[in-house]
Amino acid sequence: MVHHESSYQPGTAIERWLDQRLPIIRMAADFAAFPTPRNLNYWWTFGGILTFCLAVQIITGIVLAMHYQPNDALAFDSVERIMRDVNWGWLIRYTHAVGASMFFLAAYIHIFRGLYYGSYKAPRELVWILGVMLFLVMIMTAFMGYSLPWGQMSYWAVTVITNLFSSLDSIIDGLGTAIVQWIWGGYSVTGVTLTRLYSLHYLLPFVIAAIVVLHIWAFHITGNNNPTGLDVRQESDTVPFHPYYTIKDGFALALFTLLFAWFVFYAPNYLGHPDNYIRANPLQTPPHIVPEWYFLPFYAILRAIPNKLFGVIAMFASILVLFIVPWLDTSRVRSTKYRPIYKWFFWLFVATCLGLGYLGSKPPEGAYLVWARICTFWYFFHFFVVLPVVGLIEKPKPMPASITESVLGSSEGAAGERGGGGTPEPGGATACPEKR
Amino acid sequence: MAAAVEDEPTRRDFLVVASGAFVAVGGAAAMWPLIDQMNPDASSQALAAIEVDLAPIAPGQAITVLWRGKPVFIRRRTPAEIKQARQTPLEDLRDPYARNPELPPDAPATDANRTKKGHEEWLVLIGICTHLGCIPKGQNIGDKKGDYNGWFCPCHGSHYDTAGRIRKGPAPRNLDLPPYNFTSETMIKIG
Ligand code: HEM
Ligand code: FES
Repeated sequence: MVHHESSYQPGTAIERWLDQRLPIIRMAADFAAFPTPRNLNYWWTFGGILTFCLAVQIITGIVLAMHYQPNDALAFDSVERIMRDVNWGWLIRYTHAVGASMFFLAAYIHIFRGLYYGSYKAPRELVWILGVMLFLVMIMTAFMGYSLPWGQMSYWAVTVITNLFSSLDSIIDGLGTAIVQWIWGGYSVTGVTLTRLYSLHYLLPFVIAAIVVLHIWAFHITGNNNPTGLDVRQESDTVPFHPYYTIKDGFALALFTLLFAWFVFYAPNYLGHPDNYIRANPLQTPPHIVPEWYFLPFYAILRAIPNKLFGVIAMFASILVLFIVPWLDTSRVRSTKYRPIYKWFFWLFVATCLGLGYLGSKPPEGAYLVWARICTFWYFFHFFVVLPVVGLIEKPKPMPASITESVLGSSEGAAGERGGGGTPEPGGATACPEKR
Repeated sequence: MAAAVEDEPTRRDFLVVASGAFVAVGGAAAMWPLIDQMNPDASSQALAAIEVDLAPIAPGQAITVLWRGKPVFIRRRTPAEIKQARQTPLEDLRDPYARNPELPPDAPATDANRTKKGHEEWLVLIGICTHLGCIPKGQNIGDKKGDYNGWFCPCHGSHYDTAGRIRKGPAPRNLDLPPYNFTSETMIKIG
């Protein structure tokens, strides 16, 4: 554990005055100086990218809310007004709609990063659990947001997804129906439902922001994991967060925003479904209903199972299983880099998830259904059998003695040089003098 | 500590427990209005009954009407469709119950139990797939009616027969019947 004492020296009288009353500058300074493993690669930049995505969604969302009407008679037209009449409305809405996809793209990369490098293992279990909670609230937020344009896909997605709860009827008769009608505020999906989804769509991103604070707080107590999975042991294993990682994160963010902007300006509807430009019609279900791409793997699992209740249970379980991953993995080694057997299973698991995503977009019949069942089986097999068993039988590869050695090839790194650059370390000691 | 002698609950212990319990019960009671406000409100509960004139519907045709915000399928079945429904052995059914609110819940899903005596031509159903709530196809000319010639739900592939009973696919129950009555030879009242 990297216990990190404050190195902040209030320079001016005002700062001293403030520091004794509300040490907010100290907090920011400590954040900037936070000792961060020196070997983080680009997979570690997605945390910053996710924070950016949240900010983009909140800012564009608040603007959309100034023009949007959460009423079933007006919603569809108000979105078209945003697109055609409101100044820059098209840009704001496309940024928000594409932003949801980019948010999930970044989240999935971030989650697989955690799985690969064992970032969920002790002492970071709570960091991981808070992350899974963030993912769950993101799912709810995006689902509710997608209902708001009140097109055909919006309407039928709300109908199908809320109806998932009706499967509880087969456990306690009437319970599922009662819950579904409680969510709807009626006997079918109506404008009453739309208005409450809007209220919650506005609320949940701020819940996300609060959980993000806890998530960051938690890994500032344990310290960041890193590609070797080794603990930080010495001063030379770390560099201050700023400027090293502010710059690295910033560079990755610039590339990410290029992709983001490409979608917004050149393919804003590519990730969406054309049927959502047809006004909601409660009397007609579109011939093919598919969720947004980021929900496809879970949708494939739902449909792979021919029983309503068990399909729903499997779908929820496929997300909730992430909560117990820290206890399913028995390996002593964190990073998959040093796990010669698990490495193969990891990539097989990635392929399984991508496969499920593809199958979720196809009709559940014939070979598609067979494959969806194979992938669903493997998805759970990975968590409940591969993770515990491989950890027990595998012999890890030799590991470097320290993070410093993994970068420099020797452990005497305290006064050593940055790999390649030749610039002397600008005093890890001055930047974080507490670790002596 | 001389704790052993002071194990008797004191007046202060009593006050702590009593006020704690009061806060807990009060808090729980205050939650209820916040939860219950989301349930269907008075206006959506005031369900109007509707009358439907069946005269214009020819054999083999179907219409959809809206009742309580839900689509109701009314199909005038052909003799062949009726025969198909009546000849299906009950063992072949996925859901053995009639799902008719006017009969006991364990009434078997025979065609007779899903229609009105003397009006066997007419099938009146709530047109909502019992899987996840899509509207099955089969009402319009040219619609895919599924493997059992009744309705087909495109969402996840449920097939219903000519009595609206589930035969294949993920849906767990037969299509529900609404409460309805014939007020004359060609008029029904739903609700
Ligand atoms: C976690 C952050 C958020 C996510 C993932 C998200 C996701 C979405 C999605 C997927 C849509 C549908 C886009 C479309 O196809 O048109 C949407 C619409 C909308 N969102 Fe959000 N949103 C977020 C935050 C917010 C916030 C904070 C607000 C308000 C303060 C907001 C307000 C709206 C409004 C008014 C719409 C309807 C207009 C439209 O459909 O473009 N959103 N959101
Ligand atoms: S909703 Fe009809 S099959 Fe799923």
